[in-house]
Amino acid sequence: MSRKLLLDNLDKPGIQSITGYSDNGGYEALRKALQMKPEEIVSEVQKSGLRGRGGAGFPTGMKWSFIAKPEGVPRYLVCNADESEPGTFKDRYLMEHKPHILIEGMIISSFALGANTSYIYIRGEMMYVFHILQKAIDEAYAAGYLGKNILGSGFNLDLHVHCGAGAYICGEETALIESLEGKRGNPRIKPPFPAVKGLWGCPTVVNNVETIAAVVPIIKITGEEYAKIGIGKSTGTKLISASGHINKPGVYEIELGVPVEEFIYSDAYCGGIKNGKQLKAVVAGGSSVPVLPAHLILKTAAGEPRLMTYESLADGGFATGTMLGSGGFIVMDEDTSVVKNLWTFAHFYNHESCGQCSPCREGTGWMYRILNKILNGKGEMKDIDLLWNIQGNIEGKTICPLGDAAAWPVASSIRHFRSEFEAYINNHGMKDVKHYYRLNNLQEA
Amino acid sequence: MPKVTIDGHTIEVPEGTTILEAARKIGGDIVPPTMCYYSKLKTSGGYCRTCLVKVSKGSEKDPRPMPKPVASCRQTVMDGMEVQNITSPEILDARAGVVEFLLINHPLDCPVCDQAGECNLQDLSYEHGHEVSRLDFRKRTFPMIDIGDKIKLHMNRCIMCYRCVKVAEQLCPERVHGVLNRGWDSEISTYIEQAVDNEWSGNMIDVCPVGALTDKTFRFKSRVWFTKPVDAHRDCPTCSGKVVLWYQGEEVLRVTGRKDQWGEVDEFICNECRFDKKKTSDWVIEGPRHIDRHSVISQNHYEELKKTEAGFITSEKLGEKAHN
Amino acid sequence: MSTNKNIQFSDDAMALVQKIINRYPEGKQKSALLPILHIAQAEFDGWLSPEVMDYVASLLKIQSIEVYEVATFYSMFNMKPVGKCLIEVCRTGPCWLMGAEDVVRYIEKKLGIKAGETTADGMFTLKTVECLASCGTAPMMQIGETYHENLTLEKVDDILNDHKNQGNRRTHWEKDKVKP
Repeated sequence: MSRKLLLDNLDKPGIQSITGYSDNGGYEALRKALQMKPEEIVSEVQKSGLRGRGGAGFPTGMKWSFIAKPEGVPRYLVCNADESEPGTFKDRYLMEHKPHILIEGMIISSFALGANTSYIYIRGEMMYVFHILQKAIDEAYAAGYLGKNILGSGFNLDLHVHCGAGAYICGEETALIESLEGKRGNPRIKPPFPAVKGLWGCPTVVNNVETIAAVVPIIKITGEEYAKIGIGKSTGTKLISASGHINKPGVYEIELGVPVEEFIYSDAYCGGIKNGKQLKAVVAGGSSVPVLPAHLILKTAAGEPRLMTYESLADGGFATGTMLGSGGFIVMDEDTSVVKNLWTFAHFYNHESCGQCSPCREGTGWMYRILNKILNGKGEMKDIDLLWNIQGNIEGKTICPLGDAAAWPVASSIRHFRSEFEAYINNHGMKDVKHYYRLNNLQEA
Repeated sequence: MPKVTIDGHTIEVPEGTTILEAARKIGGDIVPPTMCYYSKLKTSGGYCRTCLVKVSKGSEKDPRPMPKPVASCRQTVMDGMEVQNITSPEILDARAGVVEFLLINHPLDCPVCDQAGECNLQDLSYEHGHEVSRLDFRKRTFPMIDIGDKIKLHMNRCIMCYRCVKVAEQLCPERVHGVLNRGWDSEISTYIEQAVDNEWSGNMIDVCPVGALTDKTFRFKSRVWFTKPVDAHRDCPTCSGKVVLWYQGEEVLRVTGRKDQWGEVDEFICNECRFDKKKTSDWVIEGPRHIDRHSVISQNHYEELKKTEAGFITSEKLGEKAHN
Repeated sequence: MSTNKNIQFSDDAMALVQKIINRYPEGKQKSALLPILHIAQAEFDGWLSPEVMDYVASLLKIQSIEVYEVATFYSMFNMKPVGKCLIEVCRTGPCWLMGAEDVVRYIEKKLGIKAGETTADGMFTLKTVECLASCGTAPMMQIGETYHENLTLEKVDDILNDHKNQGNRRTHWEKDKVKP
């Protein structure tokens, strides 16, 4: 069983409240942090090897070290709680059950960055979590953890929750900043990066919920100890959102390095495939990352066991590998249509493209329409190559990574499951995919 | 001053210059095409992606290549930067892809479009596009609307360059139109029926790279290549008064700003000059406007070609000759 | 900008709006736009009419078009009237794997409407939405601020019947939840 640094004490009564949280070691890290110098906290985070948990995996300590510090200009910390990546629900789970770990992380991180006003940007749909966070913030103010001269340290911090209103793109940090400024969630053209010119033109750091929460255990146990957990550059623990055809869907905190096979089949985690079926494919890191067929998710192309780390999941590049991403682990059984799953993703990206740059605005809609055509039984063989070509024309050409996120599922589905696309086209669509598979013995695409 | 090399041509430019502006200084066919960038409008550019280039060397200090193509209109140069535009097959491919994206929902109604003959999208697709269309779906359509009594908005033709929005933001006292909805469904609109009506609003027509915003006072009066452009000016209390009059016979069919070789107006003009001064007697005529000989508008315009001492072919305006 | 005398936040809502505006630095009151539009939607029948948006623009001292641009961008803002009970069923990958399609078809049949439509009595509007971060408890739907998870068709029946019996309007921002 993995060590728990974020989801520990979840069974303790009242852990959602400040008393329950404090009774179980809560806000100890804050007391410790306020005795340290801000640079020392940044250095601890650097030593920990913590990488952004929102999906990109950029080293957090390094991101913090980039923040510009011009005289007389406020700096801001913004927590990205716009969790919208299909397959990902860990931040919601953490905020709902243990809101104070996020509040404590925000206070410590704001202190480290020299921010005196910070915001948590939560997606509008999670309004009920908004209220949980607001309550936690009110409790923290009452306890003297927020406001003026926190615990006598001389450090002041105001923390606010801000709600979005339904836009996946606001998870992109510059779109999130635009949205927080009351505008459309159009990603900004970088440079300048938020660390130099972010919220209201001031230096800003945007971090994911889990990233900020992880600062709490890092301060508690030291960066060095945190770095001992995991393998190589994948340090610490990671929340994995497991969904799809598994016996035990839910959020699991794993020590990075758990073998994928163990994660899928062990009773400590997913508990195997539902109804005793076979595994067909996995999307390992949220809808944006490449889908892999069973044999490639369990083992690398070289035959090594695949591990739940940034590096191991990426082994083989996109030809045979994928990404850890946000840790949205979507499992598909043998009866699943990868094409139809892709169709839902294509609909998603088409719906969520902000429309600012032409490859994404036009390309996501075009890909969705072609997939629609294939599913409706009107597909032609040339459509597969066309899809492949369009995704290639989007990837890397857009303002923000949403274009890549829309392209990769299409590319990987064709790369690993081309025969299934062909089957759809040859059979003029498939009303009953299961029936088709059995007839054609197509369990393994 | 940083030195940048674009397709083998090296130039020194002031700090903060973009790759695109550096390329324009070099000139010739290495200049990336633009559809949304407009040097006179702040924060324009970056949206259309036609000006993507490859940065094969970041700078002297950090020679690593940039991982993805960059929008040359927004990326500033670094000392020692090396850029590939037309020397990179990937960039030419990427550009062809972008042109295709810009065209899939475009109605291709050039035969009935007032912009035909001076349309940036026509030029772009001619120079960089594919020969065939691969789209077999119904294109997205919007109703055609009047935004005010002088401007027609033909949203089907729009490529979402945002230039008209920036004109309203940066030139006009108030903005009543903008970008609504998102993604595939994005559109330029006023949301509720409203007139865009202020003394600078007509510039939205000049900056529009396609036929989405057209001058209602000129609509369907003539194809642009049948009109004769003439530089003229007047003493205008609002703007510089420096315009181009587009004649057919003795009649001034329309008035526009003076566009440079990149298709950008030198100076924005006011609505009074544009819409209300359509008599020759309103203006001091300077002479025929030089039109690039590759443009369809240049047909029937006679200019004398002359060899200079350096051996370059240059053109001299017939009008200037006649005055001598 | 039109000013409609009938459009006016209640005192409670107004106090809350003021409190929200104060969360942002002076001169940056536009930042409060999204939260205030949520409140406006809750105050004025669950959707944003041009008049309501003009009112919000006047409160924040911004141009109306800035509100229209923002309101039409975000999927939670209804630009047309909706039923008292807006049913939002997640349709993205993981929920689809677990039978979201069946849930949508079932509700369509039960209410006699298609996704995107409102029942004749104005009680229900059915909408399919993208991932609501509830993939581990799929299939799921949202009504008001409540997540209904691990749906079965029987569960859907109970939920819809409850709402029909209560008959009150549900919005994402539930008015009585937060007091200024």
